[in-house]
Amino acid sequence: MKLVYFAWIRERIGKGSETIEKPESVATVADLLAWLSQQGEGYAAALAHPEVIRVAIDHEHVEHDTPLPEDGEIALFPPMTGG
Amino acid sequence: MAVTPRISVQAEDFDTAAEIERITAGRRDIGAVVTFSGKCRDEQGTLAALELEHYPGMAEAEIGRIAAQAAERWNLLGLTVIHRYGKIPAGENIVLVVAASKSRAASFEAANFLMDYLKSRAPFWKKEHHVDGSEGGWVEAKQSDEDALAAWQRQS
Repeated sequence: MKLVYFAWIRERIGKGSETIEKPESVATVADLLAWLSQQGEGYAAALAHPEVIRVAIDHEHVEHDTPLPEDGEIALFPPMTGG
Repeated sequence: MAVTPRISVQAEDFDTAAEIERITAGRRDIGAVVTFSGKCRDEQGTLAALELEHYPGMAEAEIGRIAAQAAERWNLLGLTVIHRYGKIPAGENIVLVVAASKSRAASFEAANFLMDYLKSRAPFWKKEHHVDGSEGGWVEAKQSDEDALAAWQRQS
């Protein structure tokens, strides 16, 4: 699946997007955040407080207990400051 | 039949008068037009610009969903939402909402609703650039914006 990152999450991870093969055990958005946070220093810094991370699947906001799709675009970003 | 909102996510500035004209030209049924313009303020002379990062694709989709909700909830005769991205110097426009209706209550409320939702649901993030050339970091989301959303949800 494709992961895309924005704002300080993008800066801390050090890239705007990447394609990953998630392990079988990663079933929900919360699982993905926990697994990603173990993928290196930048990921750990970006995802140290998973409760503040907002997530969208294929351009729609989702909650952390949402199951992950087989494929698709998962976006991780901080609380939005639009308007 | 709810009005079809016009949504634009763009780098370039917008012309508020032209956007009002686009909705009202040739119409005799519109009795009220409310516009809201969100602008980049200089924070007592310390802020040179805001840099707005956005999520292309989702920004348009999410604003479209919010605008469609407004068009369902209020009887609007026209609705336009324009949101800019990129580096926006202090004094320039960031966002525009134009709502038109038969009488004023629907337009005022719809514009207010749209702005409350855009603040914390539209995928934009603001980074500050100071006048001394330093980068000021990311603007933090406000709890008051979340509270405003919760209030609309209680009313629906």
